[in-house]
Amino acid sequence: MQLTPAPGRAAGERALSPFARTLLALCILTAPVLAGVLPEDRFDYLEHYYNGGDITVQGPSVLVRKKAGDNLSLSAGYYEDMISSASIDVKLSASPYHEKRQQENAGLDYLHGKSTYSAGYIHSKEPDYTANTSYYSVSQDMFGDLTTLTLGYRRGWDQIFRDIKTPDGVIENDPTFRQRADHRGYTLSLSQILTRNAILNFNYELLTDQGYLANPYRKVRYLSPGQGEGFTLADQVYPNTRTSNAFSAQLKYYLPWHAAVTGNYRFFRDTWGIVANNFELDYTHPKQLAGHKWVFDASLRYYKQGHADFYSDLFPRADFQNFEARDRELAAFRSYTIGLGASWEFGIGNIGWLQKNTVNVRADHLMVNYSDFRNALLAGEFGAGDEPLYKLNANIFQLFVSIWF
Amino acid sequence: MSMSGRAGRTMRALAAGTLLTLLAGCAAPTPWVKPYEREHFADPIMSFARNPVSSTYLDHVLESREGARGATGAVGGGCGCN
Repeated sequence: MQLTPAPGRAAGERALSPFARTLLALCILTAPVLAGVLPEDRFDYLEHYYNGGDITVQGPSVLVRKKAGDNLSLSAGYYEDMISSASIDVKLSASPYHEKRQQENAGLDYLHGKSTYSAGYIHSKEPDYTANTSYYSVSQDMFGDLTTLTLGYRRGWDQIFRDIKTPDGVIENDPTFRQRADHRGYTLSLSQILTRNAILNFNYELLTDQGYLANPYRKVRYLSPGQGEGFTLADQVYPNTRTSNAFSAQLKYYLPWHAAVTGNYRFFRDTWGIVANNFELDYTHPKQLAGHKWVFDASLRYYKQGHADFYSDLFPRADFQNFEARDRELAAFRSYTIGLGASWEFGIGNIGWLQKNTVNVRADHLMVNYSDFRNALLAGEFGAGDEPLYKLNANIFQLFVSIWF
Repeated sequence: MSMSGRAGRTMRALAAGTLLTLLAGCAAPTPWVKPYEREHFADPIMSFARNPVSSTYLDHVLESREGARGATGAVGGGCGCN
């Protein structure tokens, strides 16, 4: 059977890059660790919605945590992305597509004295990508419980496929394309109570990747004067390894009028030449309104990164260098994220085992200004290499219910 | 007194001082924030992961569009509320 690239998916984008998968795993890894204290029993159901750059992603996310005895806490989660994409990358060389990604995770935290041992497993699956991650960490309270040290390790192993469309119109995995990527992560975190109102967190993380790290659908472009719109597309070629270092610090301060402010800074550098910094400021303000307890949140985040060494929006010629990429995630850009949230605490009759219930809404607006990623769709109008720089504006909404029991 | 004897005593004093300094460094410092002074850290607004499902989702959205990764800071521990 002769196979042709699937127009619905070729040159498109997967729901998550390999980096995002590992990051998502990391978030799940680090969030529940509380040395000396097990996480609270709770149930969360969230509906998320993202719209920006002609991409819509929505779906549910569920988390359940429950203690089993005095020393053990179990957790399980489910997350789903339903993607409808007609992004600039898709439009450049393919057609819109729809896709679903599902992720399940399970974990446990075991408390022994002032130590907490955590472990878990995450599995993510979509038509052309399967990701598995196992994680382990240990946290230790020290110095009168003013200090908590956490060491973590995780390992990920992914299988990458590429979808194609058969002459019969069926989309299936290309039997000639099957790749693998392995990831390892090492974390060191230190949490320190500074005063009766201030707490400081330091986090360091080393990540290594090996295997197929590119997006098999996206393309680079190179100048080809006189042909088409002045450029030609070609496959990306990524290095097979990547090592990154990230360091972050968070300071949280309790304000005299019963509110909290958080400052966050992160520095990132990797062997691909990407250097990034981000700053974030969060403010949380509880308020009693009409006899009900509310909590309001506001946040502002600034992110800046330089491009990877082998990134170019438009290469001068074919095979210009050994590694070539045009993924937007590797371009130079600045982004701003503004967020607002509200949480309303409510009761449900006289159900004794329910401790607290909240309904929460949150809206974020993301603005990304690329410095060296141009809107190649406008090459016919402006000429290849002279197109306007691309900008992304996205709205992100969350609606979720949390129940403590 | 010979120079070698004086040097020996000086070395012994330095070694003892160094040892005492190291031992003092190993000793656990007295908690400067007493347990009864940590009520603010038991308040949910002082949690770094008050809404874990929400913050995990938002991290995912942002970082799937960025080159940087890791050390996202949702680190646990240190609440000092027990």
